[in-house]
Amino acid sequence: MRAFTFSTARTVEEALDALADGATGPVRPIAGGTNLLDLMKEDVARPVALVDVNRLGLDEIRPSEEGGLLLGAMARNAATARNPEVRRRYPLISAAILAGASPQIRNMATNGGNLLQRTRCHYFYDVGTPCNKREPGTGCGAITGLARQHAILGASEQCIATHPSDFCVALAALGATVHVRSTEGRRAIPFDRFHRLPGDEPQRDTTLGENELITAIELPPADEFAAHSTYLKVRERASYAFALVSVAAALDLDEDGVVRGARLALGGVAHKPWRVPAAEAVLVGARPTPAAFEAAAETVLEGARSQGDNAFKIPLAHRAVVRALGMALDGVPSNTGLLGLPFFTSEPFEGPPLDRMDTEEQP
Amino acid sequence: MGSEIESMAPEAAPPVTADRHNVELVVNKVPRRLEVESWVTLLDLLRDRLDLIGTKKGCDHGQCGACTVLLNGVRVNSCLTLAVMQDGAEVVTVEGLAEGERLHPLQQAFIDRDAFQCGYCTPGQLCSAVGMLDELDGAPDGDDAVRVREMMSGNVCRCGAYPQITQAVLDVLTASRGEGGAA
Repeated sequence: MRAFTFSTARTVEEALDALADGATGPVRPIAGGTNLLDLMKEDVARPVALVDVNRLGLDEIRPSEEGGLLLGAMARNAATARNPEVRRRYPLISAAILAGASPQIRNMATNGGNLLQRTRCHYFYDVGTPCNKREPGTGCGAITGLARQHAILGASEQCIATHPSDFCVALAALGATVHVRSTEGRRAIPFDRFHRLPGDEPQRDTTLGENELITAIELPPADEFAAHSTYLKVRERASYAFALVSVAAALDLDEDGVVRGARLALGGVAHKPWRVPAAEAVLVGARPTPAAFEAAAETVLEGARSQGDNAFKIPLAHRAVVRALGMALDGVPSNTGLLGLPFFTSEPFEGPPLDRMDTEEQP
Repeated sequence: MGSEIESMAPEAAPPVTADRHNVELVVNKVPRRLEVESWVTLLDLLRDRLDLIGTKKGCDHGQCGACTVLLNGVRVNSCLTLAVMQDGAEVVTVEGLAEGERLHPLQQAFIDRDAFQCGYCTPGQLCSAVGMLDELDGAPDGDDAVRVREMMSGNVCRCGAYPQITQAVLDVLTASRGEGGAA
């Protein structure tokens, strides 16, 4: 690891002042450190100064004024997943977090840090290879190289990396808002505008300014989805691996079992969590049948393109969407992690009775 | 070490060679006060400065779990945190699990169940299992063996002693329930 200076911020203002002082080079906030320190050891991240933002009191999880929930930026992923209100009102969030990383890392990693983690593309991590994200203009090793884990949607000629988070896929599906601050003031960034596509600036993962600090992530009220939400993660092994494809799916069903609202976002397929409102619209007003789920899968994957190695991801993602929507209909919260254990028994979800006839023919 | 770092530093920035901080830690119940450079990980502090070499540096990237310790009672990868970030913290390493000559129930269970071969991952497995037992309160109900496997998935054992490790953890879990609480 290269040398750097370290300071501990005691207030948000102190942290913002330190972040704004880039006189000698990049200054980065450090919270959990699970991704940043790893990148520094690999010489991918080269900050000249770190500001510890763990002691700012931003680790609370509390109700928002709008009737949703505010997740403190420095609340740990594990604490968020097991928070009683998160589990009761937003089981999709718990399921996504518990599908990611290892228990030790979830104990350390923060909510804000989870949003800012970098891609796990091998070429991005290997400073001996070209990478437009790490060093703009040097080329992309993955486009002509090993691209099994790479993007099938929204990629550019410059970069085909994927965003690695599970948590963010659930946040995208629920339409969260990211609250940020800088010495200039405060901003609220809608989740779909927080992460960006690579385009010709793949070095920029997000729309967060260099001097801005995430203070909280706000979940809007979404209780109508709690009974029928699922995080489905498909990966190379049963635990502690990044997604090849993941799906956050949620349904709001009326008394007749017709879809009143739907949420659908994909992970592991693009530079950001992939949510297509038109795919959700396909489901609204429809009976939750395999045919409707197929139609939603078609729409969300419109424009999907293989990079060679990852051609399998297109049919995989299609099937995963259909399966996830079926699991959501059945009230199965996950296929993986602690909430996805085959022996999982939870408090029965409150919600309209399931119309078993609709799922009978599902493959 | 200083000159090496200097030569690697980016040209635009003045080299940082001596960013040192005082850190106070309670390690295995012993108060410690040390001066460390900012870039020293908690793992390196434990091994290189305190000679607590039970905690292992396997991958140094948070992938293997061999460096797992209890930080304020919570299991973490000590390779992925800086010592300077942990000023005021309480750390328990594998050296701190036993009470004098009396092994921690998990240590005894690992011996009874033959839950290791080379033993390199064992300190991390033990600390992880101790932390895991405290986390079960927040976990959903279900089959214990399946849960233990999932919750121990942050610790890799390349000898493949997983069945015995799972059994050892289950022994302690079962015994602690008999006593009316987690270990």
